[in-house]
Amino acid sequence: MARFAVLVFPGTNCEGDVLHAIEAVTGQPAALVWHKEGSLDGFDAAVVPGGFAHGDYLRAGGLARFSPVMEPLIRMAESGRAVAGICNGFQILQEAGLLPGAMLRNVSLSYVCRDVRLRVEANSSPLTCGLAPGTTLRMPVGHAEGNFRADDDILEALEADEQVIFRYCDDGGEASDEANPNGSRNNIAGVRNARGNVAALMPHPDRAYEEALGGVDGRRLFESLHRFTES
Amino acid sequence: MTFRVRVLVRLRPSVYDPQGEAIRKAIAADPRLSAESVRQGKMFDLAVKADSPSEAKTRAEEIASRVLANPVLEDYSVQVLLD
Repeated sequence: MARFAVLVFPGTNCEGDVLHAIEAVTGQPAALVWHKEGSLDGFDAAVVPGGFAHGDYLRAGGLARFSPVMEPLIRMAESGRAVAGICNGFQILQEAGLLPGAMLRNVSLSYVCRDVRLRVEANSSPLTCGLAPGTTLRMPVGHAEGNFRADDDILEALEADEQVIFRYCDDGGEASDEANPNGSRNNIAGVRNARGNVAALMPHPDRAYEEALGGVDGRRLFESLHRFTES
Repeated sequence: MTFRVRVLVRLRPSVYDPQGEAIRKAIAADPRLSAESVRQGKMFDLAVKADSPSEAKTRAEEIASRVLANPVLEDYSVQVLLD
């Protein structure tokens, strides 16, 4: 059995979806953990859900890294357990230094809310360990700051080390400019850390885990996360 | 003593600024106005306790580098306001 923590900051708004998705897809217990908590003892994995933590004041995710729960979260990552982020959770993990890069405003300056197609680039992460590279998945994005940015040398190192785990692609699986909803460098939609136990993506698998939501491809990510906790 | 310190945070020159570019286009929409480029940034005014202006500047620089700016994207400058 694996026990999942779902972190909640003031302004987080996807915690219910993530909690239900974990329970429905993996059959494992999950609990909400308020950002003031100083411990994540007893949890095997943590997910940082989407929303607007601390109102996205200063920068998206910029203030969340000073919340008390971040200290045990960083220790959890250092211990090799799975830490995953979705959307605003991705930005929080970047600001905390657990994942590379940072998010700029979308090139369009618009909040983008629509289905996208993703191509799995590497299965060396908690979100993709059950997926074959090249697999494409459909799920929605909903963000204004998803424009992944890193300097050229960092980007080259990320690509060389296969730390890019998802890329936006078209229906044919090509990572084209047209398929890129936000201007992300190299169409990056998700990355992992060097060790391979922290990963995040901008799209929402928590909005695509049952037919009633319009798609089920997000299940594959939660199944991977469960599988990672058992490895 | 308390010093007033102004911190300016801006996107590094190599980082494309979609907001600044949108503002530049809005300026250009008025035929009487034009700007070759616009870069948007943030300004913070801090009140910092310190024994000297240089100490206040050092303290503000630490705040800027640890909190106010994200070094992946941004640069900052710190100025002690003496009036």
